[in-house]
Amino acid sequence: MRPETLAALNAARADRRAAILVTDIADGEQRLVAAEAVEADPLAPLLARALASGRSALVEAEGRQLFLTVQVPPVRLVVIGAVHIAQALAPMAAALDLAATVIDPRTAFASPERFPGLDLVADWPDRALGARVPALDRYCALAAITHDPKIDDPALAAALGAGCFYVGALGSRKTHAARLARLAAAGLTEAQTARIRAPIGLDIGAATPAEIALAILAEIVQALRRPEPA
Amino acid sequence: MLSSDSDILAAAEAWRRAGRGVALATVIETWGSAPRPVGSHLVIDDMGRFLGSVSGGCVEGAVIADALDVIEAGTPRLLEFGVADETAWRAGLSCGGRIRVFVERVG
Repeated sequence: MRPETLAALNAARADRRAAILVTDIADGEQRLVAAEAVEADPLAPLLARALASGRSALVEAEGRQLFLTVQVPPVRLVVIGAVHIAQALAPMAAALDLAATVIDPRTAFASPERFPGLDLVADWPDRALGARVPALDRYCALAAITHDPKIDDPALAAALGAGCFYVGALGSRKTHAARLARLAAAGLTEAQTARIRAPIGLDIGAATPAEIALAILAEIVQALRRPEPA
Repeated sequence: MLSSDSDILAAAEAWRRAGRGVALATVIETWGSAPRPVGSHLVIDDMGRFLGSVSGGCVEGAVIADALDVIEAGTPRLLEFGVADETAWRAGLSCGGRIRVFVERVG
């Protein structure tokens, strides 16, 4: 691999730009295709499919075996609510290589003592996102766990609008029904709100904050690795 | 902390910039219960130092040996490991899977 190709690949990753490295495994010939250049590429259908799956793969084209190194931006986790579950969730997310940010406007909750070493933002989600915290995109997971509609709802709306691959919200079925009504009144479509996972987390009978955190992370991994067909 | 693929590619670039000979190994195909998914990387320098994993430890030694040759010669190699190939290869995968690994020089 040419050093400049590797540097370009790493730069794309750092800037959260998706790209595909195409390697002819017979002779090692390579070229880097940026996500925005896929449509005009001679291998457009193959590359588009690989990009959508987010997975690297060996393919055959024009009688050649090509390896597609699919690089999509690293997944980010945005947690709304500096609550007990978030305290358990943050270190577990780090162990999974998920860069986590916790947002909560209530400074009593969002205190550095409660979240040592974590990216913690004591502000309203709709003010923090796109400013202090990079805007949400489809490579983000958002978990809204404050139980407070004033804080959770705007964040959920932003996550659905940005097409986050995972949008979860804490609360019982009854709480969620009320939430759906509020979001509909705020102009979100049923197709959008249907993407919210609630009650949040895989159903493993989680009882403690750490167990709920585990259930949430397991559900995020499932959404990432086994995405539902669009 | 586990090394993510981004750390590995960043290390490959940093090592190359530091003037070290560098090879990148990538899992390009798997069959059966392979330990590491397609796209997993292992970066190796000319001293045999490495970061990442292509098999969770089963065949890294053999990949590193080939990587040193690739750093020297500059020609990429395609390696295949699996229980079926025990006679042909020094290393095998205990899990019963098979993997193909592409090894290329950086630079």
